[in-house]
Amino acid sequence: MAVLQMQRITICALKRDRKQLLEYLQRRGVIEITNEISEDEVFHKMDVNVAVSLLEKGKRNAEEAIRILNEMVPVKKSMLDGLNGRSVVSKKEYDEFAEKSEKVSRIVSRIVQIEKQLAESKAELIRMSMQSEMLLPWVNLDVPLNFKGTKKTIAYIGSIPGEWSLEQIYAEISEIEKVTIDIIFSSKTNTNVFILCEKTESERAIEKLREMGFAYQTLQTAKAPKEMEADLKLEEKEVNLDIEALLEELTELSSHRSEIEFFQDYATMRLHKYEVLGQLPQSKSIFVITGYLPNEDCESIETGILEKFEAFVEFESPSENEEVPVKLKNNKFVEPLEGTIESFSLPGKGEIDPTTVTAIFYYVLFGLMLSDAVYGLVMVAGCGFVLLKFGKKMEDGIKKAMKMFFFCGISTTFWGVMFGSYLGDIVDTFSTTFLGKTTSIAPVWFFPVKEPMRMLVFSMLLGIIHLIAGLTMKLYQNLKQKDYSGIVYDVIFWYFLLLGSIFALMGVPTFTNTLGVTFVLPEVVTKTGGILALIGAVGIVLTNGRESKNPFKRFLKGLYALYGITGYLSDILSYSRLLALGLATGVICTVINKMASMTATGILGIIPFLIIVIFGHTLNIAINALGAYVHTTRLQYVEFFGKFYNGGGRSFRPFDVKTKYYKIKEN
Amino acid sequence: MESLGIVFALTGAIMAALVAGVGSAIAVGMAGEAAAGVVTDDPSKFSKVLILQLLPGTQGIYGLLIAFITLTQIGVLGGSSEMSLAKGLLYFAACLPMAIVGYFSAIKQARASLASISLVSKKPDQFGKAMIFPAMVETYAILALLISILSIMGIAPLAI
Repeated sequence: MAVLQMQRITICALKRDRKQLLEYLQRRGVIEITNEISEDEVFHKMDVNVAVSLLEKGKRNAEEAIRILNEMVPVKKSMLDGLNGRSVVSKKEYDEFAEKSEKVSRIVSRIVQIEKQLAESKAELIRMSMQSEMLLPWVNLDVPLNFKGTKKTIAYIGSIPGEWSLEQIYAEISEIEKVTIDIIFSSKTNTNVFILCEKTESERAIEKLREMGFAYQTLQTAKAPKEMEADLKLEEKEVNLDIEALLEELTELSSHRSEIEFFQDYATMRLHKYEVLGQLPQSKSIFVITGYLPNEDCESIETGILEKFEAFVEFESPSENEEVPVKLKNNKFVEPLEGTIESFSLPGKGEIDPTTVTAIFYYVLFGLMLSDAVYGLVMVAGCGFVLLKFGKKMEDGIKKAMKMFFFCGISTTFWGVMFGSYLGDIVDTFSTTFLGKTTSIAPVWFFPVKEPMRMLVFSMLLGIIHLIAGLTMKLYQNLKQKDYSGIVYDVIFWYFLLLGSIFALMGVPTFTNTLGVTFVLPEVVTKTGGILALIGAVGIVLTNGRESKNPFKRFLKGLYALYGITGYLSDILSYSRLLALGLATGVICTVINKMASMTATGILGIIPFLIIVIFGHTLNIAINALGAYVHTTRLQYVEFFGKFYNGGGRSFRPFDVKTKYYKIKEN
Repeated sequence: MESLGIVFALTGAIMAALVAGVGSAIAVGMAGEAAAGVVTDDPSKFSKVLILQLLPGTQGIYGLLIAFITLTQIGVLGGSSEMSLAKGLLYFAACLPMAIVGYFSAIKQARASLASISLVSKKPDQFGKAMIFPAMVETYAILALLISILSIMGIAPLAI
């Protein structure tokens, strides 16, 4: 368990090498670049705004193009494909891409353009369908809609609200003699009419029509509606053809998908490079890079740089008060928990890396909460399969999570065997239902469902061990910080108080009876326990207010610290969740098995039995694994970390290749 | 009157599953609405908000658990269901912590989940912490579950 030792690095190199050197550092990805030297007469920072904005545009376009391709020409992906991580590309391929980038950039713009055209065509289609909908009520009219009449006649084309029959309209305008009326279309709400009358009658006619609520229609077309509709159909066909052609072109272009993805990564990397470049102080012929890097990488970076470039590299240890970025390094067994630590907070100044101890307790507690041998094996098999199949290609984060659940699975299996849980009581249920006699696998230790009190005591005991481990971590941390008084005042006294009270309580019959403890400790032990607890308590009251000068205030603060014992009490009680969650798994298993056995009658009953068992247990494993994950994390964050760990460290963010699809391999 | 024992015992079992289940259903529903909102913005956060949505769902499961243990203990799922009125009432009382605490903690936990979902939508890297806030509320449901289990297990040997 360790927080990696960091070194400060200063690289001074020739300006002409700056891009290659930066690219090299980016591919290595081990240096966090800091921005320390300010501008003066000699050193200036380069203005990279133009390049950055160009690259940003390129990257955005590529993202857009990929989004369009994914939408229009989706590629089938299986669920597990996501585990494959980024593909690896050699440096040579990367260098060669520079020549292709122009071409890909054109493809990208074409794809973006196609999407625009598609959107326009689709809008056109909508407009046309709206138009033909509006034409629909006039389709029986065989003159153009803007027909005004002949030399001697005048035409009124429009609609009257309400449903009218021909007779009704004639009756309404019976005063006008020379008139002909056609009903083009009629519905409940309005009637579309074509009325032709002599010009001489027009004024009277319009007056009458107005009384009826006549309104001119608004579509002014020079063609008859029928023709119009035919035209629209033709146009629609054309637009549809256009769309088809565009889609086809898109499908064709989608063969360049991987190139576009590379283009996006290429732009991302260069963007990042230019952003860093903009921070570097440069003189006429040299430039300077400052940063942090882990101790272990110093040598290889130095030789790597000196081999390729003419440069000057210098290392120095960071000073005491510097805010050095934090990177953790651990062995394979506990490494998966680094993510959990990081999502709480990385170790702050002077704090130790808690990963190892956290990991061991994490696996144990998780296993206890899920505690079923078969569930454990399912987890081990699932995670093991994924790790074997995709292990090499997988991204770090997912790999760590998989490993964590792999180890949790082993622990789950262990506790399942201890507590005799194999898919709950599936063996009993199956043998009773189908074989007619009850066989069962005896637990190695005991059945928690039958002896919940025993399990509760065990849970709390484990809790006490976990908390004491937390205190011990504090001791170790104080030792490292050389805070020797802190060891006695903040750790040893609490040891006295906690362990002393436990031993003292063991002498109280009501307490031992409740817990079901059968053995009796000799009186000397319980008495000594009491005395130790007393010493601890007095010590805490006297010392824990030591920052205050005022003796009265000091005493009060000490008393308040002693009140913290209630915190320990609730912490220990909190571990009762181990029992509760363990029972939850077990009892739900029993419920599922019971339901399954109810459906099973005769030999064919095995089919519904199996369906219910598989479906039910899949659900149960999901729900309870989630519960175990959440509550184990909580026990670590709240109960365990509460004893010694504050965090607050800044995570190490090296200048590296932050791409989405491809990884560049050095050489 | 004597035969009323089993009535109370069964009512207790049903209450545990019913009330805690209703609470969890409301709670998961509330959290689900918020989670769906986050996914509209950013589908990649689905798994994170799903976990936060599911957190207040456990109370319903605990309720089911208590109901089931009670049913087996009182002989409804096979065995003799004879019991005194006093025992029936004891079972009823034993189921109450899970029913009542389950209901209220589920809904309060959903509120914490809602807040955590909005936290994750803004700062996805703070998921670990966001998960802890709802889990804090669940502690009390677990304590209630514990007392209910211990009481139910303890009733059978009593000679009343």
